[in-house]
Amino acid sequence: MSAPESSAANYLEDGHTLRSWLLTFDHKRIGILYLLGVSFFFLVGSAFAMLVRLELLTPQGDLMTSDAYNHVFTMHGIFMVFFFLIPAIPGVLGNFVLPIMIGAKDVAFPKLNLLSWYVFMAGGMLTMYGLLTGGVDTGWTFYPPYSSLYSTSAVLPVGIGVFVNGFASILTGLNFMVTVHRMRAPGMTWFRLPLFVWGQYATSLVMVLGTPVIAITLVLLVLERVFHLGFFDAAKGGDPVLFQHLFWFYSHPAVYIMILPSMAVISELIAAFARKRVFGYHAVAFSSIGIAVLGFLVWGHHMYVSSQSVYAGVAFSLLTMLVAIPSAIKVFNWTFTLYKGAVALEMPMLYALGFLGLFTIGGLTGVFLATLGFDVHVHDTYFVVAHFHYVMVGGTIMGYLGGLHYWWPKMTGRLYSEFWGKTSGWLVFVGFNLTFFPQFLLGLQGMPRRYHAYPAEWQVLNVLSSAGASVLGVGLILPVGYFLYSLRYGKVAGPNPWGARGLEWETTSPPPTFNFDEQPVVEHEAYDYPLPAGKPGAGAAPASAH
Amino acid sequence: MSGHHVVPVKIYLAIFGALMAFTAITVAVAFVDLGPLNNVVMLAIAVVKATLVVLFFMHVKYSTRLIPLVAAVGFMWLLILFGLTMSDYLSRGWLGAGAPWPAPWSN
Amino acid sequence: MPHAHSSALAHQFDSLEQQKESATLGMWFFLVQEVLFFGGLFLTYMLYRWRDPTAFAAGSHELDILLGGFNTVVLIASSLTMAMAVHSAQTDERKKLVGYLVATGSLGIVFLIVKYFEYSAKWHHHLIPGANFHFEGVVGGRAELFFSLYFAMTGMHALHMVIGVAVLLWILKRARAGEFGSHYYNPVECFGLYWHFVDIVWIFLFPMLYLIGRHYHGGA
Repeated sequence: MSAPESSAANYLEDGHTLRSWLLTFDHKRIGILYLLGVSFFFLVGSAFAMLVRLELLTPQGDLMTSDAYNHVFTMHGIFMVFFFLIPAIPGVLGNFVLPIMIGAKDVAFPKLNLLSWYVFMAGGMLTMYGLLTGGVDTGWTFYPPYSSLYSTSAVLPVGIGVFVNGFASILTGLNFMVTVHRMRAPGMTWFRLPLFVWGQYATSLVMVLGTPVIAITLVLLVLERVFHLGFFDAAKGGDPVLFQHLFWFYSHPAVYIMILPSMAVISELIAAFARKRVFGYHAVAFSSIGIAVLGFLVWGHHMYVSSQSVYAGVAFSLLTMLVAIPSAIKVFNWTFTLYKGAVALEMPMLYALGFLGLFTIGGLTGVFLATLGFDVHVHDTYFVVAHFHYVMVGGTIMGYLGGLHYWWPKMTGRLYSEFWGKTSGWLVFVGFNLTFFPQFLLGLQGMPRRYHAYPAEWQVLNVLSSAGASVLGVGLILPVGYFLYSLRYGKVAGPNPWGARGLEWETTSPPPTFNFDEQPVVEHEAYDYPLPAGKPGAGAAPASAH
Repeated sequence: MSGHHVVPVKIYLAIFGALMAFTAITVAVAFVDLGPLNNVVMLAIAVVKATLVVLFFMHVKYSTRLIPLVAAVGFMWLLILFGLTMSDYLSRGWLGAGAPWPAPWSN
Repeated sequence: MPHAHSSALAHQFDSLEQQKESATLGMWFFLVQEVLFFGGLFLTYMLYRWRDPTAFAAGSHELDILLGGFNTVVLIASSLTMAMAVHSAQTDERKKLVGYLVATGSLGIVFLIVKYFEYSAKWHHHLIPGANFHFEGVVGGRAELFFSLYFAMTGMHALHMVIGVAVLLWILKRARAGEFGSHYYNPVECFGLYWHFVDIVWIFLFPMLYLIGRHYHGGA
């Protein structure tokens, strides 16, 4: 099978103009474009996070009015959820690595892939416009009747921005699924796929099945706000709780869009740095699909106190407990993989280990919250805030950073400083726990979320949390520095600096434009350690540059 | 994927005829009082019509297994959305369910 | 036509067969998300109709069954002509392909014209939700929610029809240029899938909106 030819040495050399980047069909370049986009929106979301933590240093609402605070936490949530957590791993790492991992030249629909980035950026820019014209103060959840009737904030541009962004998600998910179905190299059967691919496929299922529902929900909200149609207006026969059902039908599975790709990365990291095949490959693969499917059956656990029927609440509670099972299976299997593995504590592995601990805490507290009797007491308190930050930051961001650190040499052909990497990793880990563990305690003591002022007895824990946020912030900024530095001054990475298994490590770093000089033929299962002699990276200790 | 299967024209015409007939039936039945069965019949006929379009006009009958699976999953997810949401509203009137849904307002 | 073969094959695929299967699968995934998209509207409809069936029946009686039924026939016919278009491409009958595509598009436009007349009639009868809404029957203002749903659902459907006609014009242009034949007709087929889907949405919308409780008054 002859690959289309490119005379450039690798994909980075294949065109140096802005046009060659902005009009690229190359999934690897599109991954880099997503990296730039999500990094920008992460910065914006982080700025709002710092404002929140600054305000909460003191019990009084002295930094801003409660109204301004409403805008701040809303915009934090919107930028982080929709423009960072949902697109980051699929858009950056999925785009870059998935086609290479299955031995393909590109995704199934490269033009749609580029379009998805433009749609993502368009949605983000529209939301930025909404921000610059005052921002939204409804909470990222946009609940009516406040969002439809009473809020005078920029609900329209931001709501439409989020709606537009949804299509980027749908296009990416659709693209990945068709790619996995139709573009696998000869010999790459479903059960020889790396678990990263299974995880991305499961994510894509959720993206395609869930996102359209929030799309129509936002349409209804916009129609209601503009034309006063009454879908969610009790005075006209509508029901605000219907919005909540429609909203959470997507937004709960959305959290699995955030965590499944991270889990997908973790499978790769654990296998690579324990030098072992993942324990229970089939269980992990099916658990990914299981989480994706079960995740659609639990949304009512966000609505226990919204006047939802108690019977429905009980059903949702039970179903939520069920979805914990495949997640737990994965955590057990990764842990068992480490047992008797040749564990190397390279930078990416530290993130994987961090994930195991932090996701477990986040996941377990999720099971607490699934329990009706408990949730009634801690709903809308900082306990919930702590829970979702443990899974989203402790879970998703650990996986994202771990993946970035793992595949950076492949993407750029350069190694970064192990010292600075580990420094930033420890700062992130310590800073993160310092920020969010006190919030569990605050929630149990009853501190409500979304308030800019609080009783003085909670100040100590809040100060600890804000201090932690500063440490976390430093930890998160450092990679920008050492990654950029590595582009110019980093040691050149060979094809397989980690000595890992996987098709991506059998091509050059950076890869050629069409990924492989010759189409690979797969004859072995994934994670077939030890690396056979003769393969790139065999026998070499993992490289690092201090 | 339908391969290169060419569906005979007379099948298309037969399906078209069936769709027209079902349309006429659904309109006619709407004028007959069957009580709660009206909704059931209307829905059933619509589902039959949609199925005919899916199977024959959209070639699902002639496709590999993956395509019908994809179509079925889409339909199933719709049922999840409807079923679990309506389970809330339908059970609100039960004993101990919590606040009953207020009756429609009247003006 | 060897030239058409190689130019039709996109670089990421190894064969036209792989490309065709991928495009068809991709279109099906897209249609699945469309099902969920309309599904939110159908759920809203289901809930509010269950809650206030009298108001919904009253609202439904204001819709013109003849126009709605005519539009249903028009769309089903357009599905037939679309299927025939694909058939003609498969059998290398370019003139028929063009003819059937024109027929499909024309029927689509007829549908939209009828909808325009229906909408303007609503305008004249003060049945557009909003400040000027006024419903003459016993249910009064309760009917407004029915009409909100009527416009949201048929409006969203009409938007999909407009997009469909636009894309059809592009497919038609390529068909007239002779791009399609038994060796390569997948774009026509994929577009056909979309068109049939939009027809299916109407197959549900028509009885759900136009035929509620028609037996109450024994007629219009």
